[in-house]
Amino acid sequence: MIAVFFFLPVLAGFAMGLTDFDIYALSDLTNLRFVGLRNYLRLLETPLFWQAFGNTLYFVVVGVPLSIAASLGAALLLNSPLARFKSLFRTALFAPVVTTLVAVAVIWRYLFNTRYGFLNYALGQIGIAPIDWLGDPHWAMPAIILFAAWKNFGYNMIIFLAGLQAIPVELYEAARIDGASRWRQLRFVTLPMLSPVMMLVSILTIAGYFQLFAEPYVMTQGGPLQSTVSVLYFMYEEGFKWWNLGSASAVAFLLFLVIFAVTALQLRHAPRLGAA
Amino acid sequence: MKNGLAPILVNGLLAFAAAVVLFPLLWMLSVSLMSAGEASTFPPPFLPRDATLENYRELFAHAGIGRYLANSILIASSVTAISLILNVAAGYAFAKLKFAGRDRIFKLLLGALVIPSQVAMVPLFLLLKFLGLVNSYGGVIVPAMAGIFGIFLVRQYALSIPDELLEAARIDGANEFRIFGLIVVPLLAPIIVTLAVFTLLGTWNDFMWPLIVLADNNLYTLPVALASLSREHVQDNELMMAGSVLTTLPVLVVFLALQRYYMEGLMMGSVKG
Repeated sequence: MIAVFFFLPVLAGFAMGLTDFDIYALSDLTNLRFVGLRNYLRLLETPLFWQAFGNTLYFVVVGVPLSIAASLGAALLLNSPLARFKSLFRTALFAPVVTTLVAVAVIWRYLFNTRYGFLNYALGQIGIAPIDWLGDPHWAMPAIILFAAWKNFGYNMIIFLAGLQAIPVELYEAARIDGASRWRQLRFVTLPMLSPVMMLVSILTIAGYFQLFAEPYVMTQGGPLQSTVSVLYFMYEEGFKWWNLGSASAVAFLLFLVIFAVTALQLRHAPRLGAA
Repeated sequence: MKNGLAPILVNGLLAFAAAVVLFPLLWMLSVSLMSAGEASTFPPPFLPRDATLENYRELFAHAGIGRYLANSILIASSVTAISLILNVAAGYAFAKLKFAGRDRIFKLLLGALVIPSQVAMVPLFLLLKFLGLVNSYGGVIVPAMAGIFGIFLVRQYALSIPDELLEAARIDGANEFRIFGLIVVPLLAPIIVTLAVFTLLGTWNDFMWPLIVLADNNLYTLPVALASLSREHVQDNELMMAGSVLTTLPVLVVFLALQRYYMEGLMMGSVKG
């Protein structure tokens, strides 16, 4: 019973991926046929699927380190004994996390506007020519990454902050007595002590970033030239625009496999996480 | 510490970061008060020439935003109410009541936490379709009624309730429902508030699932409606900013009012987990 409970959603998703469930089957189940692995094979031959996968990978590989670096930087600043008005700054930096994704995506679409957007205006002040952020296939994904980092970094910032506060003060005292500079304290005390938290944060963030959907839906609709179609965006269109539910299920299942594999890989390299 | 510049540097960086982070939100508010077309000029204006509520009036009068607001409030509040009852009861049961296979089931639930919800989306959609819940409020409310995260949060907190207290009540002849209502729920009050805030914000902000399940315009929640409006009104920045304010201001206010509880839940859910 337990195994069924755990695997039920995954199994159901996988099973549906083996059928040609479409709009005809939706109206009459007798139209449903079992097609084996054909959905999967067809997906692997679909260029747009690979493009979506590549775009998502781009988003994860660039977006996750950027967002984690921003979180860590902000947490270090907030944790500094020199910082004032800590709770005020903490609230301000955290605010984007609780905002509604769709609403702030609409704001950022305007900030990224080529002609009237603030970003190009600010860049213009330092002599950089306007960039067609959301209209140029080379810039659309970086723009979305920038937006995602702004939206999400506060969450991990709070987790890092808790991790930083849990590091015993004695360690820093000992390091100071040994004559370690601030930089070396950061390098040899803070970061190693933070590594279990870092592992947790990167697992959660990577899994989360693979699920990119609303940002391209609102800001670019997958364009330009399909440069921001993510795996989930592809799944949404396949399943709920064209009603190829069998094929959409196969996409979701493949995404699950990828996330699962990446998480498992990370856990294998972090046996210490169990102690965290 | 010897360096007098360090405090200035740290606080200066913090102030700069806060300004960069808050800028989009403040600008949203400012642009939402501009008259039509004013924001589509260069250089972009910071403050409206004559602040006006015209955009908000327009949204209520012609875009039906009142209806979407009501939908969002209805869905978010019913999900919060129902899921609180179920999750608190389940969390307490996992922590304090003894039943067969309790710990194994709980571990299993934790394992299921890592499964991305999208893998279940298509099967769930079909299930709801056959239950006749697609394209109704129920389609959004039912799948959100119980959450593993909520059960987990309550369980961790409920573990700290001393068993002696419950035993004493049982000896005094109180039945399990009275114990739950009169002793457990008051003790769990802080975590209940935390969970309520999380659920409320999560449901309000949710986008993909309502987008899939709600096909009828009249049932749209604010985020779904805003996304669809923004595809139509690409050029009407002032109008869209007003829509964004209406969508995101309620959650920001709830968060600011109950921040302490929210942060607590975040810590419990991640670090101690």
